Amino acid sequence: MATSPHRDPLGRLATYFYNRPRLLLLLLLLPPLAWLGVVYLGSLLALLVQSFFYIDEFTGRVVREFTLRTYLQLLEPANVDIFVRTTAMAASVTAAAALLAFPLAYYLARYASGRLKALLYLAVVLPLWSSYIVRVYAWKSILAREGIISWFLAQVGLSGLLEAVLALPGLGGSSLSTSALGMFLVFLYIWLPYMILPIQAALERVPASLLEASGDLGARPAQTFWTVILPLAFPGVVAGSIFTFSLTLGDFIIPSIIGNSSFFIGMAVLRHQGTAGNIPLAAAMTVVPMAIMGVYLLVARRLGAFDAL
Amino acid sequence: MSANTPALRFTSVSRHFGEVRAVDGVDLTVRDGEFFSMLGPSGSGKTTCLRLIAGFDQPTSGRLELYGQDVTGRPPYERDVNTVFQDYALFPHMSVGDNIGYGLMIKKVPRAERERRVQEMLELVRLPGLAARRPAQLSGGQRQRVALARALINHPRVLLLDEPLGALDLKLRQEMQVELKALQQRVGITFIFVTHDQEEALTMSDRIAVFSRGRIEQVGTPAEIYESPATAFVAGFVGISNLVSGAAAHALTGRPDTFTVRPEKIHLREPGAPVAGDEIGADGRIRDVLYLGMHTRYLVALECGVDLTVVEQNLRTTSMDVLSARGRPVRLVWDRAHSRPLA
Repeated sequence: MATSPHRDPLGRLATYFYNRPRLLLLLLLLPPLAWLGVVYLGSLLALLVQSFFYIDEFTGRVVREFTLRTYLQLLEPANVDIFVRTTAMAASVTAAAALLAFPLAYYLARYASGRLKALLYLAVVLPLWSSYIVRVYAWKSILAREGIISWFLAQVGLSGLLEAVLALPGLGGSSLSTSALGMFLVFLYIWLPYMILPIQAALERVPASLLEASGDLGARPAQTFWTVILPLAFPGVVAGSIFTFSLTLGDFIIPSIIGNSSFFIGMAVLRHQGTAGNIPLAAAMTVVPMAIMGVYLLVARRLGAFDAL
Repeated sequence: MSANTPALRFTSVSRHFGEVRAVDGVDLTVRDGEFFSMLGPSGSGKTTCLRLIAGFDQPTSGRLELYGQDVTGRPPYERDVNTVFQDYALFPHMSVGDNIGYGLMIKKVPRAERERRVQEMLELVRLPGLAARRPAQLSGGQRQRVALARALINHPRVLLLDEPLGALDLKLRQEMQVELKALQQRVGITFIFVTHDQEEALTMSDRIAVFSRGRIEQVGTPAEIYESPATAFVAGFVGISNLVSGAAAHALTGRPDTFTVRPEKIHLREPGAPVAGDEIGADGRIRDVLYLGMHTRYLVALECGVDLTVVEQNLRTTSMDVLSARGRPVRLVWDRAHSRPLA
């Protein structure tokens, strides 16, 4: 048509933006950038600033002066204990989750198709639909002395085995639900989907012809796994481990419901900013898992985890 | 092992996927040192055959021998064959040098020797100095050469090539056709080449197997396949061909048997032109003209009720001349010997 193409305002608006793609991009990015910049980075900055204040022992008030004395407090043996315990738990949960998740993710990506794949996928994410606290309490009763695990082991005559495991120093306790082992199991259960999904996504992107090519060039399946599959899935493993590792580092609910009374970072932060009212120490303690994650990501980059991104 | 042990022998090999007979009772022998093509449309079973040879897939029934050795059921890593994949299948996380040296690395060849042989291979495929690059930094043609080098470095007895030129543009493809053929003669390895491009198969191969619906229609040299196609399928798939049967065949040759005649064998003459005793003549009218630059394709409607395609080189004619020929009465003449009876 020779007449002007758009008389209706919507059409004119579309044409306006079509000719100014940068303006449209800016408008689209403004809300998320504002959110990240102000709400997220802003509160992070506030946290960082708080960690450089200290609390006056006598008045119990926060003194707004720049100091490193709160950070020095972190080096007290009791606090170092907390960091080591939490990091060890996060590392073992991550390692176990990767080992458990890989075969399932591999099966999902390589073999399952159609309805079976949808079902398995659903089974992986289904636990995320229900409340996290409900699931943790469910595990508490599963792991309890009167719980189904103890009952089952008693039925098959393996109570002695459970006793022996619970007697192990560091791992055990009076029952599974009050042991570090029990806490490990619950963490593993809660975070496993976050490990399976990224590994599966990474494996999904590895063409089958690469595996065939490896075999064609003389590699046995195990060699193909180490030289082709694992390096290509590694970014997925790292992505998953970032979830499992950081979520375990920061969690305070599972350690307060499951396990004995030994402290984890999240619980310590909760107590310092809540009952103790020591906001600076709580802030400094929160910086610790962030620093650990930073180191973790640097190591991962050194290992080439992000080369394929 | 005697000198004339075939490189490959299929004995009634079948591969069925449920109801689908991808490969259906194929018998095939490929000679040592041959450039052998498996030609056919997609879904004809040629790629499945290749996968059976490589060991990526196992036959439902039948027997597969490589140099006289039964390899049925053996995994790919226990077969002395290497494959150039259609998508090249280069390892994205490795450098070009590591890709080429992969087979040697697996065989635990010492690093120094490995690097030397990788350099040799890079020169052979004319990519010197690219060892440190990543596959993603290469062009399609370069990736193709890396894939070739990665396979050849292992000195396989048989090299399998799965439509390796399919992703390249026409110019590069024609260059690679010449290069591949020269390379094959230089290294003296048996090449088994899968393609759906009949021209490619005709130019490169010593022998061709034409596949259709899981079966082999014909095996022969390019000239045999082209000049004397055994079946209507081969005649139609390889080159352009005219298929004449029934009453029209009877009118032209005096016999009702189906025959085929290649379009370039037919001469376009003036109406009433003389026809010799060993020639066939037929009158008709030019129905359509396709000017193709180097030659022109005419569709001629014959009075006996059949349409024949005729190809003539544009030796003296121009596009104006040939296009004005539409609708003109003509006489088609061809050598009786060029009417090939079909089974």
